[in-house]
Amino acid sequence: MIINSRFFNRSELIGFVALGLILFVILPLSLDVFRLNLVAKYLTYAFVAIGLVLCWGYGGILSLGQGVFFGLGGYCMAMFLKLEASSVENTKIQSTPGIPDFMDWNQITALPLFWQPFHSLTFTVLAIILVPGLFALIIGTAMFKRRVGGTYFAIITQAVAAILTILIVGQQGYTGGINGMTDLRTLKGWDIRPDHAKVVLYFFEVFLLFGCILIAQFIRLTKLGRILVAMREQEDRVRFSGYSVANFKIFAFCMAAIFAAIGGAMFALNVGFMSPSFVGIVPSIEMVIYTAVGGRTSIFGAVWGALLVNFAKTGLSESFPQLWLFGLGALFIAVVLAFPNGLSGIWADHVQSRIDRLVSSIKKKSGDWTSNSVADGAPAE
Amino acid sequence: MFGDYSIGDLGSIFVMQGFAGLILFSVYVLMALGLAIIFGQMGVINMAHGEFMILGAYVTWMTSNLFQSYLPGLFSGYFFLAMMLAFLASGALGMLVEWVLIRHLYKRPLDTLLATWGLSLILQQAYRSVFGAREVGVELPQWMLGSLKVTDSIEVPINGIFVMGLTVSITCAVAYVIYKSRWGRQVRAVVQNRIMAGAVGINTEKVDRYTYGLGCGIAGIAGSAFTMIGSTGPTSGQLYIVDTFLVVVFGGAASLLGTIASAFSISQTQSTLEFFMSGSMAKVLTLLAVVGILMLRPQGLFSLKVRK
Repeated sequence: MIINSRFFNRSELIGFVALGLILFVILPLSLDVFRLNLVAKYLTYAFVAIGLVLCWGYGGILSLGQGVFFGLGGYCMAMFLKLEASSVENTKIQSTPGIPDFMDWNQITALPLFWQPFHSLTFTVLAIILVPGLFALIIGTAMFKRRVGGTYFAIITQAVAAILTILIVGQQGYTGGINGMTDLRTLKGWDIRPDHAKVVLYFFEVFLLFGCILIAQFIRLTKLGRILVAMREQEDRVRFSGYSVANFKIFAFCMAAIFAAIGGAMFALNVGFMSPSFVGIVPSIEMVIYTAVGGRTSIFGAVWGALLVNFAKTGLSESFPQLWLFGLGALFIAVVLAFPNGLSGIWADHVQSRIDRLVSSIKKKSGDWTSNSVADGAPAE
Repeated sequence: MFGDYSIGDLGSIFVMQGFAGLILFSVYVLMALGLAIIFGQMGVINMAHGEFMILGAYVTWMTSNLFQSYLPGLFSGYFFLAMMLAFLASGALGMLVEWVLIRHLYKRPLDTLLATWGLSLILQQAYRSVFGAREVGVELPQWMLGSLKVTDSIEVPINGIFVMGLTVSITCAVAYVIYKSRWGRQVRAVVQNRIMAGAVGINTEKVDRYTYGLGCGIAGIAGSAFTMIGSTGPTSGQLYIVDTFLVVVFGGAASLLGTIASAFSISQTQSTLEFFMSGSMAKVLTLLAVVGILMLRPQGLFSLKVRK
């Protein structure tokens, strides 16, 4: 592979522009607010999927615990929103006013200490990044420094997801238990529930998503990204070349965790609640499948994967609830057996090559060349 | 924590909880044995293992229903037939799955995880469509009900003793097959060096298929035993899969002895803790301890001294 001096090559630029057009212009113009809010919900998973592209697709580290980080980010955000929703006036009828309703139901009479700092938005935003980041740092350091990787790492992250879910469900008084934190209302006095707020939140989320895409693309293009790929292919050679393999792995894992946490925080804002059903083993594996469907080494593919799998899920489970699990199961198997590179692989093998041929034939005929025909075809996957 | 109990009471509590732990231990061992064969020997991450277990449980349930309606006289012995049927059904399904799916993925262990997870979703929905979403329970024959009174304060249930006996005999059988029989030697040869094993005339594909089938078959027996202590639903298997993987990893993947030792320590810790705190906290503490120890000692309790 030749090091590309440009930030995007041509097809990546087309993918980037196409995605921007669709998310910023086409979808907001064509969908009603309810559907747009659904898209916003799906896009929160795209953050996780982009993280997994870095960590799994490039670094070769399969984490089955992304739900943990998604959940930590989401819960940090939800704790702030919940505290704001549980002001003394709003909770007059409780036996202890001023604390979240689920604490009151569980006979807790004072706000626990670890809830206190979440009165501050600045702290919350920092916590959304730092808590999952530090947690990933601890897990990553413990595992990668001892050269634990591959299947073992996957199983242990899965166990961590199981532990966190059981803990959240079990400690009902502090976390809201199985129902999670519901009834989130305002962000610094700004109501997040009405339609226009949903639209604003959608655009904010898409901006963040593009920020994450650019960061991921930057990491991919720098030497760091190349070392990640080298590590995935021949770990020992990278180690013998003098690189600290563990540190690079920890970095990739932490980045993936932070992306997932941003997604989780946006989820709490857009959907208006957070519950342990987005933390555990099942959602964590579903997050991996978004990446796998999109193509594990394609950043744009990850976004498409998250969107398409979730659209399929909503569509199928609304009309044929029985079929959805069969469909999802078959999707897992098909992606692994038949399309290991996912949608982006299909795109590159079948669509891109045809477009290229078309373009070159047009070039030959008329001598001049426009990218219009390509841009029109790009989003159709 | 201990303040309200006398020394004698505490002793009885530990014995009774210890026994409850032994039943949990039996289920863990039976599930983990199959997994240890598939994961430890073949390196395949079988996320559908729980569903193979549940298949065994459903087969047992159907057999008991059959006996109840057509052969009520023989009902007291139905369990032994049910167990064999469960072994055969799960084993056959396992071999089919190996042929269709797993054999293409031996070089990509992480992908076996995703593919078998997909398989487990399909199987769960299939069970839900065929057997209904509600949990089913089998009726135990008369001789398995009741409990033995050891002392005034200590009682042990008979079905628990039976499950434990079963576990011991299955474990011995598996150990014999893997370590003593000709076929077991072929399995270990393929694990150690697939190319050389093929070169000396072992049909490695056939060995793989039967190994996978054996692991799944044992999961079927585990499911059969599981019906005696709990009810079966389409998603019951999923509850155990992470625990079982931890048991296998904690024990050291390629070691049967390690698997048994880790199943014992995990189940005993959990059931003893369960008496003093809520079940969920007991589970959290146990899993945390296991993950913590694995971070310090990634190769598990017992490990083969082989550098890969």
